Amino acid sequence: MARIGKIARRSFLIGSAALVGGVAFGAYYVARPAPNPLTPPEGGATLNPFVMIDANGVTLIAPRAEMGQGVHTTWAALIAEELDVDRDQLRVLHGPPAQAYYNSAVLGEALPGKGYDRSDFAHALAEQVGKIGKVMDMQLTGGSTSMPDGYERMRATGASARETLKQAAANRLGVDRAQLKTERGAVIAPDGTRIAYPDLAVDAGKLDPVDAPLRPPSQWRLLGKTQPRVDMAAKITGTAQFGIDTRVKGMKFAALRMNPHLGGRMIRFDDSAARGMPGVDRLVNLGNGIAVVASNTWLAMQAAEAVEIEWAPGPNPADTGAVFDRIAAAFDGDANSTLRDDGDVGALPLGAREVTADYRIPYLAHATMEPMNATALYTGIKLEIWSGNQAPLLTRKACAAAVGLDPEAVELHTTYMGGGFGRRAEVDFSVYAANVAKELPDTPVQLTWSREEDMRHDYYRPGAMARFRGAVKDGKAVLLDGQIAAQSATQQAMGRWLGMPAAGPDKGTVDGAFNQPYSIPNYRIRGYLADLDIPVGFWRSVGASMNGFLFDCFIDEMAHAAEADPLAFRLALAQDEHAPSAKVLEAVREMSGWSGETPEGIGRGVGFCYSFGVPTATVIEVTDRDGQIEISRAWIAADVGTALDPGNLEAQFTGAMVYGLSAACFGEITFAEGAVEQANFPDYDALRIHNTPVTEVKILENQMHITGAGEPGTPPAMAALANALFDLTGTRARQLPLMHEFDLVT
Amino acid sequence: MPISLTVNGTRHSVDLPEDVPLLWVLRDELGLTGTKYGCGVAACGACTVQIDGEAVRSCQVVLGDVWGAVDTIEGLGTPGALSVLQQAWAQHQVAQCGYCQSGQIMQAAALLAETPDPSDEEIDAAMQGNLCRCGTYPRIRAAIHSAAQMMKEA
Repeated sequence: MARIGKIARRSFLIGSAALVGGVAFGAYYVARPAPNPLTPPEGGATLNPFVMIDANGVTLIAPRAEMGQGVHTTWAALIAEELDVDRDQLRVLHGPPAQAYYNSAVLGEALPGKGYDRSDFAHALAEQVGKIGKVMDMQLTGGSTSMPDGYERMRATGASARETLKQAAANRLGVDRAQLKTERGAVIAPDGTRIAYPDLAVDAGKLDPVDAPLRPPSQWRLLGKTQPRVDMAAKITGTAQFGIDTRVKGMKFAALRMNPHLGGRMIRFDDSAARGMPGVDRLVNLGNGIAVVASNTWLAMQAAEAVEIEWAPGPNPADTGAVFDRIAAAFDGDANSTLRDDGDVGALPLGAREVTADYRIPYLAHATMEPMNATALYTGIKLEIWSGNQAPLLTRKACAAAVGLDPEAVELHTTYMGGGFGRRAEVDFSVYAANVAKELPDTPVQLTWSREEDMRHDYYRPGAMARFRGAVKDGKAVLLDGQIAAQSATQQAMGRWLGMPAAGPDKGTVDGAFNQPYSIPNYRIRGYLADLDIPVGFWRSVGASMNGFLFDCFIDEMAHAAEADPLAFRLALAQDEHAPSAKVLEAVREMSGWSGETPEGIGRGVGFCYSFGVPTATVIEVTDRDGQIEISRAWIAADVGTALDPGNLEAQFTGAMVYGLSAACFGEITFAEGAVEQANFPDYDALRIHNTPVTEVKILENQMHITGAGEPGTPPAMAALANALFDLTGTRARQLPLMHEFDLVT
Repeated sequence: MPISLTVNGTRHSVDLPEDVPLLWVLRDELGLTGTKYGCGVAACGACTVQIDGEAVRSCQVVLGDVWGAVDTIEGLGTPGALSVLQQAWAQHQVAQCGYCQSGQIMQAAALLAETPDPSDEEIDAAMQGNLCRCGTYPRIRAAIHSAAQMMKEA
């Protein structure tokens, strides 16, 4: 097992061709069913890793991080649709970390192709490739993959459980299974007698699972309709259990302070002042910082502040200017990737007008509402940990290694997350809690980061620079040559998560630029990797969060140079290349009543980005309010292939836009003396209720394959705003955040 | 010396230094975890509770200064018995991650107590201290308007 896992990882890093080889080589391991991690309940049964039935009713396992995106609700609906249970009859749990809960879509997303031009064969290939996620222990929530992952598998899981329950009833009644029906959590006998599922569970648990075909969408009762969220009542009554709400009998509360010079160690500390402070229990040396354990989180935070610490410098340049000098230096080296190279960008087409521009965007923090935290209990032979995390298997493994136990000796409870956005795919906050707990055997400890520690110790969205050269002729784009330089979040994370250095072309740096569905005859995108050790990671929409702005704003510049309407300009480029992309542009044109003209004091901009398989177009309207600029209205159109929950999709696209606009307006992480300068929301603000635009969302279903929805709303929002500001003011924003150049309503 | 305070109608006596913020008394001492820690500097509103009906940031009110009866989200309604405001929140399916919603609801409750039918401008003024990183603002606004309507009809 370990060996095939290792081969899979190596193959993954070499590239897709080798990955396919890896699948063939490991076919047996890949095809072998993963063990069911659920223990059958008393008087009940676990029909498969996702369906558990006992006397209390039906419990569905949705082993994906619920961080606001509504995955528990839609995941459960996929199973319930085929299982014929209603929402009021079931319970949804996250469940334990387990190989059975691997994400079958995340590796498919990592394939280097453009995506929008994938054939059915390529889709099938991606699915096969995805299966290797099982041997790689990829129980991961991210990359907008839950729906592509679960869409068929979970319906099939529900259908199989249903038919198995019917078989149990058929055996009991001595009739053929085909004579039975199911409805609202019960099997209905030919004479109308109802046998509730709990009554059949034990018998069904003894049968081999029965396969069944999936129902056509025309027969759906739940899918395709807005479902009330399974977590709503808990979240509006303060009873939802986030990681930070974990309360275990006898627990203590801890706070930490880590070296602000990212990557630096601690030289020495003096805790004499902290020791005598109220409520303080003890201090734990974490190597690159300290934790104080106390009777109350606030008392622990106060004591942590009182510790005198001498920090070693970190490995990174001291200030923002030097960091970006290092990023710029990447352009002088070899390109890491050339994932698109159509036509010949070397020569300027005859009669074309050249356009050039350089862009620069900052590092960004995730700034989840719930600061990083975890709770741990170490007994010497076992570690129990409560953590809101997006990667349970990784978390369990890392915590086990930290305290010197086998992963099997670690029991991980994945709680609700007060925001994730990629930050909670990391294991650091769980590992720190495990480290502290090891120092206090048999005492549960909750370790909570202050907001300041959270913001200063993130895995940041990389800062990036772009150099574009384009050419327009007869109102159309005829050439686009782009270079993007940044740290690779993927390569750094692979090293961190899988313990091996990564190499090869990095899709993340150029995602949202190389794979845009535009028929530009001469179109090249090259990526350059900056040599820096600033901790970087996955931030909602990842590479597209950079290029959605960089690439699309440059497209806008080309449209203006071509004296074309910016929306019509994009539409013309998309029309021949990818019809669903053209349709979202047409939709947003219609929704916003786009005419290309705006009255005095109003500006409009369009942004478009194809990311995570979703073409998304956004129009933003800005209004001059006595010299201050208000973001007044927004229209979003996106194509997700199959819309499983329209209400939740509307929420996701709106929220993703707000997340993008927040970063575009106010978000920047800067460095001074080797440390992050921002510490809390006053330095790192976001949109609030009064400056969030009135928003309309339209979901289209013209694509053949289902997509995710958590991320694609973010990238085009940033560009649409910058393009609207250009329309209003004539000033072209080539740097973010926009607050430095524009007087925005705050 | 123990300090006493009333939370959701129940009298408690806590043995903590009087400079501990109310937020951490509620969460770590009384086990009322519905009130959330977000920033500790009154910049996000996640810790909003009411004291004598006034919405306050519990991270900024120290235990020794609590001047009246404290009401938290736990006192407003339960999953089985939602208050009218919470019903409006459910009707509009407001929450995403949900972490800020306790504070949003406690702030909105104080707004509606003072201004039974708030305009959009009044909602903006009252609610702009409450941050939501999921961007649920449009639904928060809609839920406040609905709640105002429901309260009027009740």
